[in-house]
Amino acid sequence: MTDFLDAIVLLTNYVLVPGVAYGSQLALGALGVTLIYGILRFANFAHGDMMAFGTMVVILITWWFQSIGFSIAPLPVALVALPIGIAAAIVMSLGTDRLVYRFYRRRRSPSVIYILTSIGVMFVMNGIVRFIIGPDDQRFSDGARFIIKAREFKQATGLHEGLAIKLSQGITVLVTLIVVVALFRFLHKSRTGKAMRAYSDNEDLALLSGVSPERVVFVAWVIAAALAAIAGTLYGLDKSFKPFTYFQLLLPIFASAIVGGIGNPLGAVVGGFIIAFSEMTITYAYKKFLRYLLPDSWAPDSLVQFLTTDYKFAISFIILVVVLLVRPTGIFRGRT
Amino acid sequence: MSPMIRNPLLFAVMAAMLAAVGFGQSWQVALTILNLCLISAVMALGLNMQWGYAGLFNVGVMGFAAVGGLATVLVTKAPVVDAWAAGGWRLGISFVLLLATAAVVVVVRRWLGPGPIRSLVTAALVIAGYFLIRVFFDPATEAIEAVNSAKTGYLGGLGLPVLLSWIVGGVLAAGVAWFIGKVALGLRSDYFAIATLGISEIVIAILKNEDWLARGVKNVTGLKRPVPYEINLQADAWFADFAAWFGASVIEASSIFVKLCYAALFLAVLLIVVALSERALKSPWGRMMRAIRDNEDAAEAMGKDVKRRHLQIFIIGSAVIGIAGAMLVTLDGQFTPGTYQPLRFTFLIWIMVIIGGSGNNWGSVLGGFLVWFVWIEAEPAGLWLMDVITSGFDDASPLRAHLLNAAPHMRLVIMGVILLLVMRFSPRGLIPEVMRR
Amino acid sequence: MSFLIGENMTGGYGAADILHGCTIAVELGEIVVIVGPNGAGKSTAMKAVFGMIDLREGSVRLDGDEITKLSPQERVRRGMGFVPQTSNIFTSMTVRENLEMGAYLRDDDFSDTMAQIFDLFPILKEKSRQIAGELSGGQRQQVAVARALMMQPRVLMLDEPTAGVSPIVMDELFDRIIEIRDSGIAVLLVEQNAAQALAIADRGYVLVNGENRFSDSGQALLEDAEVRRSFLGG
Repeated sequence: MTDFLDAIVLLTNYVLVPGVAYGSQLALGALGVTLIYGILRFANFAHGDMMAFGTMVVILITWWFQSIGFSIAPLPVALVALPIGIAAAIVMSLGTDRLVYRFYRRRRSPSVIYILTSIGVMFVMNGIVRFIIGPDDQRFSDGARFIIKAREFKQATGLHEGLAIKLSQGITVLVTLIVVVALFRFLHKSRTGKAMRAYSDNEDLALLSGVSPERVVFVAWVIAAALAAIAGTLYGLDKSFKPFTYFQLLLPIFASAIVGGIGNPLGAVVGGFIIAFSEMTITYAYKKFLRYLLPDSWAPDSLVQFLTTDYKFAISFIILVVVLLVRPTGIFRGRT
Repeated sequence: MSPMIRNPLLFAVMAAMLAAVGFGQSWQVALTILNLCLISAVMALGLNMQWGYAGLFNVGVMGFAAVGGLATVLVTKAPVVDAWAAGGWRLGISFVLLLATAAVVVVVRRWLGPGPIRSLVTAALVIAGYFLIRVFFDPATEAIEAVNSAKTGYLGGLGLPVLLSWIVGGVLAAGVAWFIGKVALGLRSDYFAIATLGISEIVIAILKNEDWLARGVKNVTGLKRPVPYEINLQADAWFADFAAWFGASVIEASSIFVKLCYAALFLAVLLIVVALSERALKSPWGRMMRAIRDNEDAAEAMGKDVKRRHLQIFIIGSAVIGIAGAMLVTLDGQFTPGTYQPLRFTFLIWIMVIIGGSGNNWGSVLGGFLVWFVWIEAEPAGLWLMDVITSGFDDASPLRAHLLNAAPHMRLVIMGVILLLVMRFSPRGLIPEVMRR
Repeated sequence: MSFLIGENMTGGYGAADILHGCTIAVELGEIVVIVGPNGAGKSTAMKAVFGMIDLREGSVRLDGDEITKLSPQERVRRGMGFVPQTSNIFTSMTVRENLEMGAYLRDDDFSDTMAQIFDLFPILKEKSRQIAGELSGGQRQQVAVARALMMQPRVLMLDEPTAGVSPIVMDELFDRIIEIRDSGIAVLLVEQNAAQALAIADRGYVLVNGENRFSDSGQALLEDAEVRRSFLGG
């Protein structure tokens, strides 16, 4: 019996808990991508770098707080810096919209033009981030490390396996929950939110109904930038901040948005968790887990790992391609 | 200004800029830049075929360049006999099993009708085949990587001349493109872009982690050269005479001579690719490609097999990128999977094509030259600029130190801004596509 | 002086004109139908009245006011409702949300209007919380019409509302349109099902090559031998 419980705890510790946290981070990123896709109708390649930009501002403010000894321990002080990072990301995205995207919107350019311009924006933002904070790994988490420590868990339960929940994971899940609930309330209850959904659903009819496209686009950028800054900060608190990693997050984020059905916010959230859990379950080595469950003579010698973590991109990608080929609109029928 | 005057003038300006580097900095630097300009131009030509001729949004250039680079290792390195003995046969079996799994899946899928059962059976077969393969594959790679792992730890190559690897690089990239195209070409353009981006990341992940193939991040160094070594030249009496006649030191002359040899080889490849592309573009085949790009539905309605044509051009373009990738690794003399970064190997090539003028081969050549030149020269220029800006600061000022330190990253900003400006004010590029009937 | 009139309209999409001096007028409490062969410019004429096409010549007047230069959105504000032929609902939103979007420009309380519309289309009340994209074709058309009515327009323009629905649904829809007319709204209709449409119409226009060929009461057009032979299939 304890063997069985140990197996469950093991899986919870190494797959479920990190999966929920990672899934939340992907969901927030994918929500931003899907929102921009729904309103401006292009896949924004600069989204990862927008996350990096917002996070960078949070880190700089956090460092300043740390240098003057300001702290909200046990919580990380980055949470206080987050609103400033959000504001900076919003200013940045509205600025790029004004300088870059609006021109093409007025000309009703095809989406490939938008994607190409977003690649230009990606270069600029990437350069700015590297220029200001450098290309290296940065840590900015302070306060307590754990909500539940593995050793305490073992002592309390008497099991062999420990369960550790990092504070950053708890914060990630809580913040995501608040943000997602607030966003869905906004989209479904408020006049502007409904206008955004209408515009995303049927642009011409929304225009006919009197929805102002500039206003909808404005709100979309504000929300997407805020989501990017939040997602980036949570990811950085949970793991660490490195500009290139954030660029690479683009792939699982796109995969989440598309798997869920691009343009569909609910799909983005579900897609984020699907991608996160697929990565976790496929790259986890089940050797120890099976040792607990199987009789000794059956216990495996190999790691029992489908793929090493080096290939986690492959997982997002394979899921993406399979979904696109089997059900091109995604799980929750997004835009086609 | 008519294109007849304008275009040669643009190339003349480009040549003058390279010459300025030669006189101002050094000819070594100028030739180093020139060689990479030539390689970039070939890569840009490959992408231009896909995007400019056919409108395929390939954001996986990096993957094909890396596959081409891999060919250099596989062709030129001497085979590691011990490694083949240690794991060769098991690797062979896993390869046969891979083919067998693929065959079984294909046959079973033909046999079962479409539906959930077919999907389930396919998934089950793939998973079963995967584990079966790993029974042989894992010990094989482990054994191979254990053979003198500090020096080899991989299977080695065929020990053939390096120039052959350029062709093989093209063929390998074409093979990968065939596979990717079969899967992804049906997708709409933005999904295709994301899919190719993903594949290129996977290719790099494989090259980094499959040590048995090309030593992964341990790198393969000391690749063969198609040109003489500086040391050997310096030892030759005739070369010393030649250098003396030229009025340069033997060491400098040898280095420049080697770079010129590379430049001649790369230029030859570039000219061949340009000549073939220009012929293709003007042929009925090129006309059909453009017709498909401009109106896929109409072309399809006229009985053109759009998907097949797309696959064709995707393979050809990728092969050209693969050749360029092999050339690059040959020039470096080493294969370092860790250095492949999408900004440099995918998006920079995109900027070359867009700025040069998508759809125009000469535009891509110019774009390759110009963008690479700016990419390299933006670094000293940025440094100089930061130095000027901060010249009033105290030398010990941390801000000055940071700005000087971070200046190289400004080239990303510069590239992005150039791309945005060209797209906005000259969307057809420096040498626009010629509108033919 | 008609309530809404597009007079002597000439124009089209881009270079080639589709309309050549075509005139369409409709009064309050009247159903006017535009019929004609394929490519005659029926829908174009309606879109011109609604301001979705730039006119080279001619003018549009609503209740005596010159509105030729106004955007479609402005015309909606002035009391013109338009139901496009396709993509005329928000498929991912509920029926109620579709109606709310119809009233997007209204700042006042529109619950009365919604109640009236639910009286007119009882099935929509029943399905008000359903996603509009999941409704049947006929119900979707009702949503589309209801959405346009949320602004309490004085003119309602419908572009082939019965395209692709069954004859029973078509009759039902026409009954509703008559009710809308009887509430004092001017109804302008473009129809492919010419005979059925003319049967409920007060007046009709037959358009050919962007020009008015016949205009008369619906009944008279139905009885006109030439109209029958040429446009109603015998």
